[in-house]
Amino acid sequence: MSEGIGARVLRKEDKRFITGKGRYTDDIVEDNQAYAAFVRSPHAHARIVSIDTTAAMKMEGVETVLNGAQLTGDGIGNIICGWAVASKDGSPMNMGAWSALATEKVRYVGDAVAIVVADTKSLAKLAAEAVVVTYEELPVVVGSLQALAGGAPQLHENAPGNLIFDWEIGDLAPTDAALAAAAHVTEMDITNNRLAPNPMEPRSAIATFNDAEDHYTLYTTSQNPHVARLVLSAFYNVAPEHKLRVIAPDVGGGFGSKIYIYPEEIACLWAAMKSGRSVKWTSDRTEAFLTDAHGRDHVSTAKIGFDGDGMIVGLKVNTKANLGAYMSLFSSAVPTYLYGTLLSGQYNIANIYCDVQAVYTNTVPVDAYRGAGRPEACYVIERIMETAAREMGVDPAELRAKNFVTSFPHQTPVIMAYDSGDFATNQKQAQKAADVAGFRARKAEALGRGKLRGLGYSNYIEACGIAPSAAVGSLGAGVGLWESAEVRVNPVGTIEILTGSHSHGQGHETTFAQIVAERFDLPTENIKIVHGDTDKVQFGMGTYGSRSGAVGMSAIVKAMDKVEAKVKKIAAHVLEAGEDDIVIEGGAVKVAGTDKQMLWHEVGLAAYTAHNIPDGMEPGLKETAFYDPTNFTFPAGCYICEVEVDPDTGVTEVVQFVASDDFGTIINPMIVEGQVHGGIAQGIGQAMLENVVYDDAGQQLSASYMDYTMPRADDLPNYSVHHASTTCPGNPLGMKGCGEAGAIGSPPAVINAITDAIGNNNLSMPATPAAVWTALQAASIKLAAE
Amino acid sequence: MYETNFHKASTAQDAAALLAKSDDGKILAGGQTLIPTMKQRLAAPADLVDLSRAEALRGVTITKRKKMGIMKADGGETITIGAMTTHAEVAGDTELAKVCPVISGLAANIGDPAVRHRGTIGGSVANNDPAADYPAALMALRATIHTNSREIKAEDYFQGMFATALADNEIITAVSFQAPAVGGYGKFPNPASRYAMVGVFIAKSVDGDVCVAVTGAGDNGVYRHAGLEAALSADWSTTAIEAIEVSADGLMSDLHGTAAYRANLIKVMAKRALV
Repeated sequence: MSEGIGARVLRKEDKRFITGKGRYTDDIVEDNQAYAAFVRSPHAHARIVSIDTTAAMKMEGVETVLNGAQLTGDGIGNIICGWAVASKDGSPMNMGAWSALATEKVRYVGDAVAIVVADTKSLAKLAAEAVVVTYEELPVVVGSLQALAGGAPQLHENAPGNLIFDWEIGDLAPTDAALAAAAHVTEMDITNNRLAPNPMEPRSAIATFNDAEDHYTLYTTSQNPHVARLVLSAFYNVAPEHKLRVIAPDVGGGFGSKIYIYPEEIACLWAAMKSGRSVKWTSDRTEAFLTDAHGRDHVSTAKIGFDGDGMIVGLKVNTKANLGAYMSLFSSAVPTYLYGTLLSGQYNIANIYCDVQAVYTNTVPVDAYRGAGRPEACYVIERIMETAAREMGVDPAELRAKNFVTSFPHQTPVIMAYDSGDFATNQKQAQKAADVAGFRARKAEALGRGKLRGLGYSNYIEACGIAPSAAVGSLGAGVGLWESAEVRVNPVGTIEILTGSHSHGQGHETTFAQIVAERFDLPTENIKIVHGDTDKVQFGMGTYGSRSGAVGMSAIVKAMDKVEAKVKKIAAHVLEAGEDDIVIEGGAVKVAGTDKQMLWHEVGLAAYTAHNIPDGMEPGLKETAFYDPTNFTFPAGCYICEVEVDPDTGVTEVVQFVASDDFGTIINPMIVEGQVHGGIAQGIGQAMLENVVYDDAGQQLSASYMDYTMPRADDLPNYSVHHASTTCPGNPLGMKGCGEAGAIGSPPAVINAITDAIGNNNLSMPATPAAVWTALQAASIKLAAE
Repeated sequence: MYETNFHKASTAQDAAALLAKSDDGKILAGGQTLIPTMKQRLAAPADLVDLSRAEALRGVTITKRKKMGIMKADGGETITIGAMTTHAEVAGDTELAKVCPVISGLAANIGDPAVRHRGTIGGSVANNDPAADYPAALMALRATIHTNSREIKAEDYFQGMFATALADNEIITAVSFQAPAVGGYGKFPNPASRYAMVGVFIAKSVDGDVCVAVTGAGDNGVYRHAGLEAALSADWSTTAIEAIEVSADGLMSDLHGTAAYRANLIKVMAKRALV
């Protein structure tokens, strides 16, 4: 079957995207539509003394101006973090109140204070500027270390010392003992820089309230519209679920930042009810920098010990995680259960201990961003492995290989049970593709041209699927993390798949159709994927954590199992054969070994006419399934980065980037390669280019593309992408997930390569030309001193 | 963007008259800085006077040094570039590329294709962004800035960050300069904006005078570098550049690099300008 599993089917969705026919939230026009603008705090920390809306309310074209007191007065609930994380001492996390419109205090620049609804976008912005807010400025703190220090400004009354939680995983005493007895210990400080997500499409919402039906409709840029509806109903009291329809139409990228329910969507829904107008808001790029949840921002110290044979005996990590001014929806899970649980890397480590202090600061809230905790874990373990190898004078690849986990399942000391993998094969494949053997010659040749070459490894492992529900529930998740699917075979034989997964760049309309094409031996042309509308699709959990393949497609498989069984029953009945003799192939349902058959669409028709189906069978051909996996999945691989540094300027060119990944079963290699390319681009972006920078007053210095360096094509190399797969035993397709691997695995490979080139390991991300040059100066000064 | 009144002028005189009628008028040349600034609500001119139809302000004119001579890159030709000439037009002018390739190369590396096809030399010079490329070129080439009312020497014209000798409602019509005997421009682009983080323009006139101007690095806009000029006047070589100390005093420090880093880049870019 040319369009089934493993085929490079061109993306079905691309025709509308590349011809400008996509339908994004901002393209939606409702009758009686008005526009919202938000009055935002210019201060990082201040008390709101007064809000005077008189002048704004009088302006022509202004429908209404609403503030936080009115919002809370109407019973709209505070924004919550949906994953409960407890501290070492068992106490619950200290979650500060976050109102969609600030009431008493503002806690970061961009914090929304009021919403203005007006006839046009321009009038709304003008009126927002006419709202007079009097602030009493308060001291500001932006760094996590500073926020934890004594005497730091306090953000939330119920979080003394700005500490949200002090969490731990693993066993402290045995880890300390193992490190004390180690033959070699490597210790280092590791910072994971703060990133702004920057999806191409900014966030947008348009909310409508139909007072005749007491019903709300919200179009929004969401990765998980059902979760949005659940949270808006159950926690924010906007409307009960059956009176709220959430639609996420075409969405132009998310990278995690569109998982969460933000103040703007809540305020637009509420303002639609208050004003009687449809209320539309679309973020501009500056607002995106100021309000989209940021990613990463960890400051860690790590210690790893080895015995005399180079075998790891223990790993101890302390991390300060900056969660910003408020706890975003999944913010607590990122630096804990998606981070500490991955610190074993690809290695056998008997003793691991990690503790994490999560901290409030006067910055944009931080939550999951492509990789979410796993890039931070991978960066810690892969930087310290490389560093240890250099300190011990051994080959970094060999040091890794001798510590690889080689038998599965493998229980790590930090919850995760790796189910499958072949780390050595991926490493060897990557080494071969990267011609590691020829590196010394290339380095010498580069030196002849005055350039410094370096090579760095990263052997990453991550956890995808974010499931099963019972497991994540026991770890504090407020929701179950299964997925659902409905397979509708129409009377004419075409198929509609309704999925709770959401596609915002992943190509689900293609890959999901491929697994159906494979199963029923039909062209993908006959298959349609429906997603993103709570009125059409049964409940679903959405797309993040590389879960749509392993979990979302598995739900489709489960529903297809049911459809196939019914198809076979009908065919067996009509063709007067045994069910076990029925096969589906070539667009027909046949009795094996005979010429008796029904065409596929004839079975569909038979099911719906119900003139001749087995006694007691319900008519129709439509099945629903909910799939809850048995474990996380564990994509893993080996990345090798080779760089060339210009010592005069610090400019670093990535001259080669090789990826060898184990994603389990691959449905569409072209789409998987695209995911790897994009992930590595973001990883190189983090490692060399991107950085959110605040000044001491809490102003973002990097809040535009003049100062925030998004990766461009000429910053990036041609990728060499390979696969060495093992089948995932945890789901019916054997899939592991590929959406985040590139972003998780690549940053340490890049930094390991640059530090190898310049001979100075003291280099933080992003390794900008200035940072690399400065590190080179320090290295040459050190060399001169020696 | 705040509301503004849009006017079209077909000549510099028309534009001047329109500006005179406005309390707060601005010339719109290519709009590559002004429009984004207005979109961010950081500028709100009451009137915008668009010069894109002013054909007389467009184009490159080259006056040969020897009437009967063959045009070649030995310098001395007088080059006049109309204020509304886009960067792409400067970069694509084949005659200009023969007599002053350094300007062609500089223009070809401003911004991206969209910027180069809208942005103009007059707009760039009027704005005098401290990281723009043209100010360094005009300073080092000892160019003349022509306006609707007078001619201004480049060294008098550029007066610090975004500051120029232009009076209110004065409109640049052209820039002119003599093609250098040898010229070079070394640019280190800011990784994010791709403006010059450091740009060093080196010119040796047909009379042998050496002039070096630096953009991007100084904390008060484009400036001439006396140390580099002295070194290169004595010895036109990268060795001469290597031998001098470039001080970090007076250089910018920001999130993209320290003053010390920029001082280093001045030397490196000067050497690359020479090669």
